[in-house]
Amino acid sequence: MTLPQFTPLAASFFSLLAIGSLLLAFVMLGSRWLRDYMYAFGLQSWLIALLSATMGYHVHNPELYLIALFTALFRGLLLPYLILRILRRLGADRELDLIVQPATALVVGAAAVVLALVVAYRIAAALGSDSSVMILALTVMLSMKLIGFLMLSVRHEAISHILGLLILENGIFLGSQVLIPGMPLLIELVILFDLLVAVACFGVLARYLVKRTGTTSSLKLRRLVG
Amino acid sequence: MSLALACIVLIVPLAAALLCLAVRSPRAAEAINLLASLVTAAAALPLPFLAEPARIGLAGYLVVDPLGAWVVLCAALVYLLASLYAVGYMRLLGEPRRLMRFYALFAAFAWTTLAAPLMNNAGVYWIAVELTTLVSTFLVGFEHAPESIEAAWKYIVVVSAGISLALLGTVLFYWAGTAALGPHYDMTWGTLGGVAAQMNPTLATLSFLLVLVGYGTKAGLAPMHTWLPDAHSEGPAPVSALLSGALLNTALLGIVRYKSVAEQAGAGAVPRTALITLGVLSLLIAALFIVRQQGVKRLMAYSSVEHMGVMALGFGFGGALGVAGALYHMLNHALNKSLMFFGAGAMMRAYGTKEMTGIHRVGTHFPFVGTLWLAGAIAITGAPPFGLFLSELAILRAGFTPADAWAVAIMLVLLVVIFAGFLNHFRIMYFREAAAVVPQTRAAGFWCSLAMLLAGIPLLVLGLWWPAAFTTVFHAANAALMQGMP
Repeated sequence: MTLPQFTPLAASFFSLLAIGSLLLAFVMLGSRWLRDYMYAFGLQSWLIALLSATMGYHVHNPELYLIALFTALFRGLLLPYLILRILRRLGADRELDLIVQPATALVVGAAAVVLALVVAYRIAAALGSDSSVMILALTVMLSMKLIGFLMLSVRHEAISHILGLLILENGIFLGSQVLIPGMPLLIELVILFDLLVAVACFGVLARYLVKRTGTTSSLKLRRLVG
Repeated sequence: MSLALACIVLIVPLAAALLCLAVRSPRAAEAINLLASLVTAAAALPLPFLAEPARIGLAGYLVVDPLGAWVVLCAALVYLLASLYAVGYMRLLGEPRRLMRFYALFAAFAWTTLAAPLMNNAGVYWIAVELTTLVSTFLVGFEHAPESIEAAWKYIVVVSAGISLALLGTVLFYWAGTAALGPHYDMTWGTLGGVAAQMNPTLATLSFLLVLVGYGTKAGLAPMHTWLPDAHSEGPAPVSALLSGALLNTALLGIVRYKSVAEQAGAGAVPRTALITLGVLSLLIAALFIVRQQGVKRLMAYSSVEHMGVMALGFGFGGALGVAGALYHMLNHALNKSLMFFGAGAMMRAYGTKEMTGIHRVGTHFPFVGTLWLAGAIAITGAPPFGLFLSELAILRAGFTPADAWAVAIMLVLLVVIFAGFLNHFRIMYFREAAAVVPQTRAAGFWCSLAMLLAGIPLLVLGLWWPAAFTTVFHAANAALMQGMP
């Protein structure tokens, strides 16, 4: 695969940002306060924006500066703001009746990272590459995917589900910045925009959910079975 | 010519959606949507027959190839039938003020479903499929009952999570393509197919599996089908028809296209085996839930899982016969499932219940609609002389090879189970002597009967006569799949 050669300094900086994002995913996994999720998500988006910008500097691709700017604005500011509004409106501030305690969730999340690491090594071996940046990017991308799914399955507040989906997307976005910095600008922008629309739709639907079913917890959505 | 028609298909429903938002009268919205669906169907009808050789337009973002055009044709027909039906059905809802919004959403949903198969760029295709979810979730929740909202919420969460896997697969496919094309390129189906031979096989296999699970969620393949029975049963009947007859095919198309790319990339037997396994699993889950089903629309929803499984098997077996069978099945299923949902919606309204236990002696109370619905039920179980018999037979024949015989054997057994289970429900609804339950209203009236008739007649015709022009399209589609994309 064509992966640009990085200087040791750049490689360690990218690694730092990727690991920082992964840690923030764990912050979300380990907390039961919905507001914490949102701050962690916003910060994660800023780290990814920083990654895009430095990558743009490194591979001399000015398009990436634009993507960094939009990532920071959309994912770093606008999305957290939208989520904050939804949070206020729903009036739920933390997860009650946890299915899995945060400590257990963290352990399962760590196991997910190990799995992702193994898969990343296998892919790298198949590609005949031992670039540590690539392996790290793959690991973080896959483990954020797994952590997102973990959050979707063990959390049941509507907001947690939205944030779980956003982690899934952030993971892909982070990975794609490192692995395919040349991905067409148009596609990336449309996906960013699409995400915004998606969150807006989620917000509207969550309001209906409260209004019509009287709950934001998926544990109480039990009407449709069989 | 074909590009101009494709542009009509792309523009008209969107324009209708915007117009419906602007008008203030429900009747005007009805008329606009109906007119748009007529124009769209008229433009989509000749599209597959003009699509060879494939044309690319709109700066490379639009493609008209036999495969995509066929999916568009199926979707446009369902859109037309559902629009006809909606005129009668949605008036029964008794909320004329909200009809404008309904038709705007309905046309927008049809637009996204029709647009996705015409997208030449794999990334844009993903966006179009994601948009279908965002629009249709509000249609599923349109009736605002707690059940509908619950279904809509499950739908958007499950499908968004699933489709994010498809995005990951898309990104990895792009990455695999950079080996030959360098960091910058347009990810069209044609380019992907063209450079597939230089992709790393392991990476292509992984990417395909991610795409399969992602778009498989949207296509309702088991075990990712969990949203489907809820969404299909809780939306208004025209929406159920459009979800089942149009949307699922659109998502399946992505799987089929990526499968061709992955096979070109040397992924070996993994893609087809994975697709066949999911197909068999869908049939199994559907059979189990059909036999013990109680809700009338949920019955139809599980039948959709079954038929997506059958199509997955057809595309999985592949070859001229498998692809032809699957594509023919797509059309037949689109027509038949529309008919079934229309009938189910009419009966739900007439008897005021979603449960099959509350529906009695349909044939006596509704001679015309009841006969059509019963014929549809016989057709959907794959009995002759209807279209689904021919297409299922073609798929079965395609699978009669030493490698796939196991799948065919299981498929046959499960089809028999589904035949018995499905028709048993209809036996009870039609012929069981019960306390004299008199339906509250007359059947849904002229528009509903018309839509059901228009869905039923072609079903019978297609069962007696397999048009040669179709075969040409199927062969062209198969040829394109065999050598990578158009």
